Amino acid sequence: MNIVLIALLVLGATGLLAAVLLYVIARQFRVEEDPRIDQVAEALPGANCGGCGFAGCRALAEACVKAETLDGLLCPVGGAATMEKVATILGKEAVVGEPMVAVVRCNGTCEARPRTSVFDGSRSCKIMNACYVGESACPFGCLGCGDCVAACQFDAIHMNPETGLPEVDDEKCTSCGKCVKACPRHIIELRKKGPKSRRIFVKCVNKDKGAPARKACLNACIGCGKCQKECNFEAITVENNLAYIDWQKCRLCRKCEAACPTGAIHAINFPPRKPVEPVEKPAESEPKKEEDQA
Amino acid sequence: MNTFRIGGVHPQDNKVYSANKAIIDCPLPKQAIIPLVQHIGAPAVPVVEKGDKVRAGQLIAKAGGFVSANVHSPFSGVISKIDSTVDAWGIRVPAIFIDVEGDLWLDEIDTTPALVRSGILEPKEIIDRVMAAGIVGLGGACFPTHVKLMPPPGKKAEVLIVNGVECEPYLTCDHQLMLEHGEEILVGIQLLMRALDIKRAIIGIEKNKPDAIAYMQKLAGRVLGVSVKPLNLKYPQGGEKQLIDACIGRQVPSGALPIEVGAVVDNVATVYAVYEAVLKHKPLVERVITVTGKNVAKPGNYRVRFGTPLSDVVALAGGVPEDTGKIIGGGPMMGRAMNNIDMPANKRVSGLLFMPQEESRRVAPENCIRCAKCVSSCPMGLEPYLLARQAELEMWEGMEAHNIMDCIECGCCTFTCPSHRPLLDYVRMGKATVGGIIRSRQAAK
Repeated sequence: MNIVLIALLVLGATGLLAAVLLYVIARQFRVEEDPRIDQVAEALPGANCGGCGFAGCRALAEACVKAETLDGLLCPVGGAATMEKVATILGKEAVVGEPMVAVVRCNGTCEARPRTSVFDGSRSCKIMNACYVGESACPFGCLGCGDCVAACQFDAIHMNPETGLPEVDDEKCTSCGKCVKACPRHIIELRKKGPKSRRIFVKCVNKDKGAPARKACLNACIGCGKCQKECNFEAITVENNLAYIDWQKCRLCRKCEAACPTGAIHAINFPPRKPVEPVEKPAESEPKKEEDQA
Repeated sequence: MNTFRIGGVHPQDNKVYSANKAIIDCPLPKQAIIPLVQHIGAPAVPVVEKGDKVRAGQLIAKAGGFVSANVHSPFSGVISKIDSTVDAWGIRVPAIFIDVEGDLWLDEIDTTPALVRSGILEPKEIIDRVMAAGIVGLGGACFPTHVKLMPPPGKKAEVLIVNGVECEPYLTCDHQLMLEHGEEILVGIQLLMRALDIKRAIIGIEKNKPDAIAYMQKLAGRVLGVSVKPLNLKYPQGGEKQLIDACIGRQVPSGALPIEVGAVVDNVATVYAVYEAVLKHKPLVERVITVTGKNVAKPGNYRVRFGTPLSDVVALAGGVPEDTGKIIGGGPMMGRAMNNIDMPANKRVSGLLFMPQEESRRVAPENCIRCAKCVSSCPMGLEPYLLARQAELEMWEGMEAHNIMDCIECGCCTFTCPSHRPLLDYVRMGKATVGGIIRSRQAAK
């Protein structure tokens, strides 16, 4: 009888003590968490891709709640719609950034860039890049093993078996930047999606001088600088024998595209140009009109 | 014990094709391309200009830092341009182009085969001449030799280990060099011992070269402090750390240099180059390379001036065999498949191996069966299966914690893997990445 009583007393006392202790600790060390963080996290897609620059969706949610304005905070996956939702939860104004898209800057197709060797190791761009120049003679171009395809969580990038190059699906691409990091040759870049997905870019990253670059690939940028002279908006810079079009300055006039002797400058999703040779003026004014409408 | 303790594998040595073939001089080319990156460290800086006339042995580019090496002209002629060339793997490197006109050496260089005995030279003088001659380790790593001869303060070399192991299958250039120039190598050893102020030198030679062992033992008997150590066959015995363990039973700690255990290791070809540089004033402008393979018409050992297109050497050996699948620069274990053979010979290339199609083909990898063969074969005591997986998953911190930087890239793991997993490919890629991370971290400090 006595033993039972003692046991009950001891256990009861311990329980009480623990309860008091827990209560005090819970009171003393309570972490105030904004309930809005949960709400914002709920609104985010939950892909945890890291495209926003934070460790995951919750980290972005915390940053959104903490920040004064939503400037610079963008969920590339959810895009404007998601940021609008987040803004309503927080009572802040949504800052809609430019919609971006991944762009593959290599046009070394099988015809343009002859294959000079066969790699029989692991089909991984990183490995091939660590081993040697790659299956073609271009030390800058796409290796074609598809590390970017494997990195994409949104099924937005695929290898084209005909060209041996990856192609980005504009609709599916969320500009999370995974493929940019996966490419060991830094060929993929995030650029402004552009009105009606129209954009102009140099589809080459070869920094060799003109002759060796052209020898390795017919579509290579040879750094001649013709496009730079043609551009009225100072959007084009030529550095290390390579032209680069700054998408923040480019006004999509397409003059550079026509000037490029190797066809390294690509303008995509534009309506077909009327033949330039017979009548020059309408051909030039046409795209300008389009641009105004857009 | 006549070999190193941890790991190692036994590949078939295949030296029969080119063994005991006398060294043949390769003819001079019409145009030579001298790459300025022929060593570990910073590229050399040109000191000549387009249109300059140079004589053989003249300095054309000086070292770009302490860990770097001078480059000399192997030919006399006119500098046609200073541009870039592609190396064996298609990567562009700076280079000097020379239109070769005859073979006129600088006056002070002694090109006769006469043996010169060591005079009384100050250690500093020896080191200075080695440094000026642009000598790098010809065993494969191309680490500038003068750096090894100047131990950091507080460290003292006790023993010189001369690497005559040549554990790479197929290669026979060091073997042949010992047979033909044993006496010169002995003089070179004495010079290095003097430069380092040490009394003991050991020449390590594997037992598959009994003629070289006998010859070097005969020669070494005349010199106080020099001995020959016959070693049991095991790859990678020619690795610096493995050779130290095999010869003097000391293990170099992780991340440390051989000087930590009082050893300096030099290849026999390097020692020969030291002899030529110090006593004949001849800078490092040529080396012996082995051209070999199952179907090569005239396999053998060729003395090639740097800058000669390798295709010239190949032509001398009877051209590229018809069923060649891969051309390997170096031996089959550590060498890498080459992208072009028009590239110039340089300090790095120790051999050209023509692998037939069927032998060179890689087998499709299968899943890891956790047999741990790679672990027991790793001569550095690493876990290659784990490192390869970590490299695949880009877990760089994990790789660093598992001592990736100790890897010597010997290829034992890939050689031994029953699932044919490309372990070394991933480990190499990971090592390069982790090395970059460590360097940038140090630079940030």
